[in-house]
Parts: sequence; C-alpha cells; structure tokens
Amino acid sequence: MTALDTVIESRGAVAPRDPHRPFWTMRRRDHLTGYLFIAPQLAGVVLFVLVPVGLGIWYSLNEWNIFRGELTFVGGDNYAALLTDPQLPAVLGATAVFSLGIVVLNIAAGLGLAVLLNRRFRGVTIFRTIFFSPVIVSVVAWTLVWGFLLQDNGGINALLAVFGIDGPNWLLSGDTAMISVIVTQVIRSVGVNMVLFLAALQGVPSELYEAARIDGAGPGRIFLRITLPLISPTLMLTAVITIVGSLQAFANVAVLTGGGPGLSTTVLVYYVFQQAFEFNDIGYGSTLALMLLTFVMLLTMLQWQLRRKWVFYEE
Amino acid sequence: MRSEGSRIRRVILIAALIVLAVPFAVPTIWMITSSFKPLAEIFRSPPALFAENPTVAAYVEAFTFQPFAQQYFNSVYIAVLVTAIVMAVSSLAGYAFARIRFPFADALFLVVLVGLLVPGEVTIVPLFQMFKQWGMINTHWPLILVTALAAPCVLATFIMRQFFLSLPVELEEAARIDGLGRPAIWWRISLPLSKPALSAVAILTFLSSWNLYLEPTVYLTSPELFTLPQALTRFTDAYGGQMWNTQLAAATMTVVPMLIVFIVAQRQFVEGLAHSGLKG
Repeated sequence: MTALDTVIESRGAVAPRDPHRPFWTMRRRDHLTGYLFIAPQLAGVVLFVLVPVGLGIWYSLNEWNIFRGELTFVGGDNYAALLTDPQLPAVLGATAVFSLGIVVLNIAAGLGLAVLLNRRFRGVTIFRTIFFSPVIVSVVAWTLVWGFLLQDNGGINALLAVFGIDGPNWLLSGDTAMISVIVTQVIRSVGVNMVLFLAALQGVPSELYEAARIDGAGPGRIFLRITLPLISPTLMLTAVITIVGSLQAFANVAVLTGGGPGLSTTVLVYYVFQQAFEFNDIGYGSTLALMLLTFVMLLTMLQWQLRRKWVFYEE
Repeated sequence: MRSEGSRIRRVILIAALIVLAVPFAVPTIWMITSSFKPLAEIFRSPPALFAENPTVAAYVEAFTFQPFAQQYFNSVYIAVLVTAIVMAVSSLAGYAFARIRFPFADALFLVVLVGLLVPGEVTIVPLFQMFKQWGMINTHWPLILVTALAAPCVLATFIMRQFFLSLPVELEEAARIDGLGRPAIWWRISLPLSKPALSAVAILTFLSSWNLYLEPTVYLTSPELFTLPQALTRFTDAYGGQMWNTQLAAATMTVVPMLIVFIVAQRQFVEGLAHSGLKG
C-alpha cells in the first residue's frame, strides 16, 4: 500500500452522514481519486509552466534595474525595443534558416532512412542501431566531438585533404557555421524520426503494395500514392516534434559556435539567454521569450489546421 | 526467385548504407578511441582512428582537473530521481485521464497539455526569479522539480494515457467486482501491464534530464554542483585552450549510463512506441 492509498482509504472512511446512504458513494470516491491522481501533474504544470508564463508577461512590461534589483513598470517599451533592435532581424533570419534546415533535413533523412531500412536483409538491425546510436550520446558530448572534427586543422579537413580538397574553416565563416550546426544536429537526432517512420511503415498493409504492383505502378508512384498518405499521421507528428524542437535547440549552438561568427548562428533561444542572463535584461529577455512562445503556438496551430488538408486519417 | 538484378540492387543498397553510416558512427568511435590517445596523436594528420600508444592519462586528468566524480554523481542521481518521480506522477495522471470519469477531466487534460506546448526556454527567466525568491539558486532543486513536473512529465503523462486507453477495460471491471479500489487497480493491475510504456517513459525522461544544458548553465555556479554536460565544456587550460584528450575522455564516460539505461529498457521501449499511439 502506498501513502496515497492510505490517504484515499482514510478519506473514504470519513464519517458517513447517514449510515444507510454513505456520503462517499462509489462515484464520489472515483471523482476524488481522479483529482488526487492528477494533482501532482496539474500542480507541476500550474507552478512551473502557467505561473512562469504569466510572470513572463508581467516582466515584459517592466524594466529591470540591475543596481537596485527592481522592476519598474514601463508599459510597451520592451515591445517598442523589439521593433528597433538592430540585431533582431539577423537573429530571426538565423532562427528561420536554422529551423527550416532542421525540419526539411530531419524529416527527409528520417523518412529516407526508414524506407531504406524497412526491408529484410542480413545486417538490417545493425544499420538501424548505427543510425539511432547518436541519440544516446549526450548533446554536449556529441557537439564537442564535432567541434573538434570541424576545426580548421580538425578531422573533416584532414579527410578532405586526402582527396586534395582544401576545406573551409567550418565554424568561423557565417554560411558554413550555420550548415555545421544544422547538419550535426540532424545527424544526432534523426534516429528518433527514423524509428517513428519505421513503425509507421510497418503498419502499411503489404496487400496494398501487391495490388498496386499488379496494377503496374512504379516504385515512385507507389510511394507517393500509397506509402505517403498512409503514414501521414506520423509525418504530422514528426513535423510538430521537429519544428518545436528546432526552436529550442540551445546546447549545440552554445557549444559549437556560441552564436557566432557575428550573429550568424544566434538563434532566438540563444538570444533570449544572452539578453536575460549575460546582459541581465530581464524585461527585454522576457519579451523575446514571449515572441518565441508566440512562434511555437502559431506553428502548432498552423499545423493543426493544415492536418485536415494532408493527413489521410487520424486515430 | 533471386534474379541478378535484385542482387546488384542489394549490393548497391548496402554500399550506400555503409557510406551513410559513417557520419553517424565514426564521431562516436573516434571519440572513444581518441580518449586513449596522447594529445599529440589526436592532431596527427592524416587522422588515425585507433591509438598508436594507448594511455589512460586523459581519464586520470579528467578526475583530477575538476570535481568530475562529484559532477558525475550529480548527473546520475538527478536523472534517476527525476525518472522515478516522472514514472510515478505520469502513471497516476495518465491512468486518471484514461480511465476515471470525473468532472472537468477533459478541460484539465488540456491545461496539462499546455505544459508540452510551452518550451522550457520560454519560462526560464521567470523560473529563475521564482527559484531566487525561494533561495534555490545554486542548488539542484530547479533541475529536479522542473524536469520532474513540467514538460518531460507532461509528455510522459500523455504516453501513459494513450497506453492505458489501449488496455482492455474488462480486466479492471473484473477487479472492481472483486472489490478492489481504484488505487489497488492502478497499482496491481494496470501498472504491471504497462511496462512497455513505462520503459519508454523512463528512457525519454532519463535522456532529457541527462542532456539538460541551459538549466544548469543558468542555475548553477559552483563546480561541485555542476552536472556533466556543463562540466564537459569546462576542461580548458589556463589560456582558455581546450584540453581535447581530457574532454574526449570525459565525454566518453558520459555515454556509459545512457547506454546502460538503453540496453536495459530497449526491448520494452520499442514495444512501448508501437502501443502508445505514436505509431500513427
């Protein structure tokens, strides 16, 4: 018996008003149990998600005084600052490129790998394990290793030199720094999407493929007309997870490039961190964080709307 | 029936897979083998995969340079504690949302789901202020409480709910007729059946606690309180140069606990994915 059981049992035994019709009927007991069961989770969400979001809105209307450690109400000043922040366009641009790159690559590669590995041949499990394995390596460890490999005199350029190619200094030029951050992130996390797609592909009935083949459809047509529609709920799920996840990628940007060179890899999350905790601007940091939240909400809603258009069926 | 054409296709497929596997497997292998190399060998060109003169000096250095054993312990105990709390909290809430009919259940479920939609990065500034008020800055409490009750726990609650929905109701009805109360049904009937979902929850939660980087960076300042991801980036010499071999040795060691968790829970995990409605 757990502590909770004891609580419920003792509550259940609380004095019935009328010995013939106890107050704690089965129904009422069930209701109470339901509330008690969800109480810790609900309290957690209220205390650590809803209250902070509310506080964040309040902070965004205030200016943080570092010397006195106090907030002063300034109304829409922080929002006005958003419009005049000379760095913000670059940050939003980097965020858009980063998220788009991650989503496109991650879903295409995840689906591609799943299709390649959704068949029986000797060694298929080994390949599945290899493609999934970076998921187990911690983000910072993975990023450190890639940081080393991508240095000017690191492994990647040494490898390219073998083929007579003079590689760029990957992390110190704007374009290649962004590509490096995106690619290393995708390689690390694509295994999750691959597993989800594999599970979905295995749910497609093989009779459908056979029928299509008998009708003379080529592999491309079969993929577009049968596979894709049937796995569209999973496609939807991975798209949501990947987009929302890409907006939260902090560790690999922080470790690999520190947002640089310049602002080229300063994504919104990293900018929020810098403003709030490096420049101690709680008010402006909160305003930026709310902008991030707005993006996440909008994207989720957009996908929720779009799903009717392209998701074939839902459970 | 195996034609010449399909055989060639098979060879091409496997060759392509081997090439594709390189960026997935080589960095990890290189990390492990290089952690046994003397520093000079790491920078040798062209790069070699295996150490010529293997040494464990970097591992010794990792533990003496900063309180690495303590940091290691911090990460392990936080992840284990968080995982245990999440398994309890999410299986209770998931069960209630799936099986018990109580007023406002749907509305409250939506409230909980909001926890999944709000990224932790959005709430970190106000959370920092809250924990400052409670005197919890530079303690492990924020790392434990937020991970155990906010987003990772909501994901777990959702997975558990989907799983409990897929269990046959008849089992519970039979138990009710036999006079078992709700808590007893949850503990003695539903939980033992939900091992696949619970292991999925365990892996995902352990992973998110283990990978936490922004939060420790924000909340912790004393090296003896650091967790591993944060500690890994602190292996720099007096000039700010990175101590690569030490870093690689430390990084290699961070993979071990995750690997153990994964091997223990893997079989159940795959089953869990198939049942949790994530399948599509």
